[in-house]
Amino acid sequence: MKLYCLSGHPTLPCNVLKFKSTTIMLDCGLDMTSTLNFLPLPLVQSPRLSNLPGWSLKDGSVFLDKELKECSGHVFVDSVPEFCLPETELIDLSTVDVILISNYHCMMALPYITEHTGFTGTVYATEPTVQIGRLLMEELVNFIERVPKAQSASLWKNKDVQRLLPSPLKDAVEVTTWRRCYTMQEVNSALSKIQLVGYSQKIELFGAVQVTPLSSGYALGSSNWIIQSHYEKVSYVSGSSLLTTHPQPMDQASLKNSDVLLLTGLTQIPTANPDGMVGEFCSNLALTVRNGGNVLVPCYPSGVIYDLLECLYQYIDSAGLSSIPFYFISPVANSSLEFSQIFAEWLCHNKQSKVYLPEPPFPHAELIQTNKLKHYPSIHGDFSNDFRQPCVVFTGHPSLRCGDVVHFMELWGKSSLNTVIFTEPDFSYLEALAPYQPLAMKCVYCPIDTRLNFIQVSKLLKEVQPLHVVCPEQYTQPPPAQSHRMDLMIDCQPPAMSYRRAEVLALPFKRRYEKIEIMPEPPPRPTQPTSSKKRKRVSEDVPDCKVLKPLLSGSIPVEQFVQTLEKHGFSDIKVEDTAKGHIVLLQEAETLIQLEEDSTHIICDNDETLRVRLRDLVLKFLQKF
Amino acid sequence: PRCTFWTLVPAADGHQEWDSNSRLARSRGVAFSYLAVGGKDRRTSVLIMDPECSRLLPALCAVLADPRQPVADDTCLEKLLDWFKTVTETESSLQLLQDHPCLVELLSHVLKPQDVSPRVLSFALRLAGAFAAQEDCFQYLQQGDLLLGLFGEAGALGWSAWSIPSVRSGWIQGLCALAHHPSALHFLADSGAVDTVFSLQGDPSLFVASAASQLLVYILALSMQGRDAGSPIPEVAAWPVCAQKIVSHVQESLHSTAAPQVTQALNVLTTTFGRCRSPWMEVLWGQLSPLVASLLKRDPIPAAHSLVDLLLSVARSPVLSSAACGPWEILAQTLHRLSPTQAGPLALGTLKLQRCPQELRTQAFGILLQPLACILKATAQAPGPPGLLDGTAGGSMTVDTLLSSKSACVGLLCQTLAHLEELQTLPQCPSPWPQEPLLDAAVIILRLCDGSADPSSSGAGRLCGTLAGCIRVQRAALDFLGTLSQGMSPQESMLQVFAILLKNLESPESSPTVLKKAFQATLRWLQSSVKTSGCSDLSPDALLFLGELFPVLQKRLCSPCWEVRDSALEFLTHLSQHWGGQADFREELQSSEVPMLACQLLQDPESYVRASAVAATGQLFSRGLQATPTSSENLQAQQGLLMDLMYILSTDSEGFPRRAVLQVFTQWLRDGHADVARDTEWFVTTVLQAVSRDLDWEVRVQGLELVQVFLTQTLGRFRPRCPYAVTLPEATSPTPHPEFLRTLCRLPLFEFVFRALFDCDRPVAQKACDLLLFLRDETAPSSGPQETRDGPNSASVEVALQRWQEGEQGQPLGDLEPEAMLALLRSLDLEGLQGKLAKSSDHIEKSPQSLLQDMLATVGMLEENEADCY
Repeated sequence: MKLYCLSGHPTLPCNVLKFKSTTIMLDCGLDMTSTLNFLPLPLVQSPRLSNLPGWSLKDGSVFLDKELKECSGHVFVDSVPEFCLPETELIDLSTVDVILISNYHCMMALPYITEHTGFTGTVYATEPTVQIGRLLMEELVNFIERVPKAQSASLWKNKDVQRLLPSPLKDAVEVTTWRRCYTMQEVNSALSKIQLVGYSQKIELFGAVQVTPLSSGYALGSSNWIIQSHYEKVSYVSGSSLLTTHPQPMDQASLKNSDVLLLTGLTQIPTANPDGMVGEFCSNLALTVRNGGNVLVPCYPSGVIYDLLECLYQYIDSAGLSSIPFYFISPVANSSLEFSQIFAEWLCHNKQSKVYLPEPPFPHAELIQTNKLKHYPSIHGDFSNDFRQPCVVFTGHPSLRCGDVVHFMELWGKSSLNTVIFTEPDFSYLEALAPYQPLAMKCVYCPIDTRLNFIQVSKLLKEVQPLHVVCPEQYTQPPPAQSHRMDLMIDCQPPAMSYRRAEVLALPFKRRYEKIEIMPEPPPRPTQPTSSKKRKRVSEDVPDCKVLKPLLSGSIPVEQFVQTLEKHGFSDIKVEDTAKGHIVLLQEAETLIQLEEDSTHIICDNDETLRVRLRDLVLKFLQKF
Repeated sequence: PRCTFWTLVPAADGHQEWDSNSRLARSRGVAFSYLAVGGKDRRTSVLIMDPECSRLLPALCAVLADPRQPVADDTCLEKLLDWFKTVTETESSLQLLQDHPCLVELLSHVLKPQDVSPRVLSFALRLAGAFAAQEDCFQYLQQGDLLLGLFGEAGALGWSAWSIPSVRSGWIQGLCALAHHPSALHFLADSGAVDTVFSLQGDPSLFVASAASQLLVYILALSMQGRDAGSPIPEVAAWPVCAQKIVSHVQESLHSTAAPQVTQALNVLTTTFGRCRSPWMEVLWGQLSPLVASLLKRDPIPAAHSLVDLLLSVARSPVLSSAACGPWEILAQTLHRLSPTQAGPLALGTLKLQRCPQELRTQAFGILLQPLACILKATAQAPGPPGLLDGTAGGSMTVDTLLSSKSACVGLLCQTLAHLEELQTLPQCPSPWPQEPLLDAAVIILRLCDGSADPSSSGAGRLCGTLAGCIRVQRAALDFLGTLSQGMSPQESMLQVFAILLKNLESPESSPTVLKKAFQATLRWLQSSVKTSGCSDLSPDALLFLGELFPVLQKRLCSPCWEVRDSALEFLTHLSQHWGGQADFREELQSSEVPMLACQLLQDPESYVRASAVAATGQLFSRGLQATPTSSENLQAQQGLLMDLMYILSTDSEGFPRRAVLQVFTQWLRDGHADVARDTEWFVTTVLQAVSRDLDWEVRVQGLELVQVFLTQTLGRFRPRCPYAVTLPEATSPTPHPEFLRTLCRLPLFEFVFRALFDCDRPVAQKACDLLLFLRDETAPSSGPQETRDGPNSASVEVALQRWQEGEQGQPLGDLEPEAMLALLRSLDLEGLQGKLAKSSDHIEKSPQSLLQDMLATVGMLEENEADCY
């Protein structure tokens, strides 16, 4: 059993597990911290940003001044922001059979994997994960596409050039593999490969292993996964939480008796307690607003924002803030607020029971109803009419590199009355603020990360008693900034195995038993071996046995088939009934399709592309097995 | 009429006094007759055997003896027993038994235990013990072999009910009661009871086991009685048989390898040495101390807690501590041998001793300081002062090992900090007191807890991991830090302390309880900074600190957690109380938004916070520290606050804010606050109107307090201002100034006070009564015959009062002329009323007659009462 580690980010994991004859990808997180090296994309022309001086080398050469700009001593790439993808070279991703997604934050790299690697498998995820993941992707694509940038910088990526750059650009890893954001089409295509699953549902993979999602308590629909065969059990723990926030509580019991427990997605701020941070958030918000200042909260459109709104709902009256408008600006704001209310079965017990009253599970419905919370797709349009100060604005993107937040930073940054409160733990707030310096606005850092901390992990491990623990290397030593905090690392026996990006781990795991079924008759030998170049899983175990062409079954309803043809641009279609079936005539293309009980023929005159097109349309009506 | 209180509302104990909850009195349906002018309380609550009780007693005994009529309530029996004990204290038990043969019959009946409930058995055993405490009565009961039947081997021990703990407990308590005279001693020796007591020491019921040990102590003391005077005390071998038996049992137990037995022996000795001061104890200790010392050689030391108790008991005993075989050496050994956690209480106890060798004190203090010394060492702070770490290297090692386990470490640290805190406030506090290192230790512990310590060693890293975020230790350390403010500290330490306090106040990780402690410690340190700076102004360091403190306070006042807002407001109140008059402080405070935020919290949804906000703004305003500094706005704002508080007083749904408002108002009135002084009569009238409708009795009491302040002030105005002024005797005579009386009658003051006099809540009525007495003494002290004639209005007022007394509160008092008021004051039996109110609300129901009647009624009408309950 091997583990291929494609991401070095402990909370945005992407690992591939080879277990028995299956290849399973566990999450495909996208490391977006790379965008911090880029200049923000202003929604409204910003003279300050566009007049930043170009950066020149120490020797005075200025060949990079188009690509690199300098702001308050920091150097930024002036280009469309790019993301650091998971490793694609370590393993042939076309051999991946399934991808298991644990939460909506951990699927942001999905389009890169499913659309550009030859991936042909299935993706499994829960419904809220898919829906909210779609919102996150849609928002990201929207943020980037609505500010078209002609320039795409690449000179600086040259290894010889990069060496000369100042930090952090100099130290950025794998810059050549950084990619621009995907398109909405790619997103749709990627999401269409997802099959929805429910908690505790058992999914058989090729009869070899069974995978099961379990509630992880971190976000709506977030899951941990159990991957087990008859004799082995691997648990994959991704972002999980034991706090009572809105999602269903974490299922710990089912993780017991694992041979291997792969542990990722712990809190990124182990020293901050979410309760204290929420308190800090509220106090600072109230103080700013009382002084007549505005509060900006850079955030994702889903997740912690629900809890923050709930907390504010209880707080604003006591703090005398009832008259202060709260704005939530995101292209997906509306959908996010509404989705949260309809996923009742994925919510914690308290919220679920509200549905039967019936009441909306989240109190933000009431905030909207009473006009205390207003949401807009962007700063353009209605928002500019309704905008009233002082106010509180929730908007993305938390990296401060794109989205409406860029505008508010430019607008409010000059006044010390205003405050920006960082609640998302994914980005270093100092780096996020770098291109806005000098900044008069107050900055408050209240990262709210509800994922497991090390105390909870050690309790969890004591409880579930896995034989082996595997985790990112960051978790096996104290954080660099607090090297003395021996309590801020995983402490278990035997010591956890650690991995880092681009590493292949042989898991300490011997398979002792295998269940096989012996049939009385030998299987028929395949007569037509295919010449596929792809390495298929069967070939690993039985080298001399070649892959069968998939068998087809089903019948083709003629009327629907004709409609499909018409939808795909074929006109002038005639259908003739025959004794054995039907003949579909495409007169213009001089092509006929014979549909009979036991065979289907496409007869066309030397037009291979047309034939393949028609074949694919026919195959759509049939089931493969 | 029969009072069924005991049966319907069984009280937890029979001695429940007024519990400040008026509903209790109401629920009991107790009606008072406050205005019983000339009336007489027919029932007395003196607990004696009166004819009525004598009459009821046979019936009650019959009921108790009758197994078909179960006694439903244990508390009745307890009360009955208490009563009998009181009776036997003042009367002859023998006489009592002879006068009431039913009692002996009851005891004899119990000898056939199959018929009696365990409750009654236990009661009878204790009752017999109480009677037999008098020697003549003992003989009387012995004649009929009644005592042997109850307490002997053929008695209770053989009953099947013996398996019930309450019966065993009753047996022991009965024996405890009777062990008061030599005859009893013989009885105990002959009946074999002592052996039973030995075995009961290990009883599964802790109450029984503990009582058994107590009994042994009694018996030992009884058998040694009379051996103290004059002649020297012989060796144990020459002691009475009974005493010898007990001593050898204790010796055996001390030899035992089973820890529980050692514990029992140690407990018996602890009680013995703690109770009496007779010289024979010196002999006993001389005999047993080698055995106790030998316990220290065992590993682990058995019953360490009990050993600590024993040694402290010995050390406290004046007889033993000055004896030749004094406890000091063994104490020193024990301190050395016990683990730090076990040694802590012993060290503290040693240091608290009035007399103790200096060496031992030094050792004990060293032990107490060990954990902190260890922390200082681990975090590579400057090593402690000489003596702190010297000679305890071995000890520190064990502390080190202890610190590796989280729970042990936390427990030990909290214990140590609490002990040191206690010690510092005592006169026995060791000198020199290592103020600086202790301050360093407290600060470093707090820094380890908040993760800001910069550990240079692996040990410190481990400590950091263990203590990070530990609220218990944080609280203990902050308390200790606060106490340390009493000592003299160098300036650097002060800065360090202010820095760590600020960190704790500021950190979002601080829990509300930690924050509260941090606020308390901050106040103490600010006060001490005044002390060190020599004048009443804040030191420059403290001022700098205040500059940073107010933004933090601002943030805390906005906290979503109400506990935090509440403690922040309380802190603000204290701050302005202490330093509200100082220019620097005022400047810092007024340049912040704290006063404005405090004002806003008057509307807080949480009532506690509103109450604290009322107190804080009241304090700020009386110091002129309100949010708006300009003078014209100032006036307006202040008026605004007065109206805001009036609004809270008349509309707030919770009692706390309303009480707080009245406290502020009373204070304002007392201080002659400008707004109040401008139109005091309007102010008092408005307040009383609101208070008279208030449902909260504390508000009404506070309202009476305000009236009292007003009366005193008004009276003062019509009196010569200077008490030392040379004036003619007429001028100082208590004849009231007519204008004073007119003022009183103009306000709704009398109506308020008289209504309060009939208040269903006793404290209100008491306060009103006191107030009227004060007023009467001030206005109409002597009532000559010509003055007792009532004025024209007095009669109608009395009618109104009569109605109020009868519960018809609707009728107003009507206008009152000064003369009528004076006449009324004279006619009321205020002293009598005061006496009646001073008694607890259930004094009538506490009488023995009532108890006996109730018990009879319960049994006789059990079914009816059950129906009543539903």
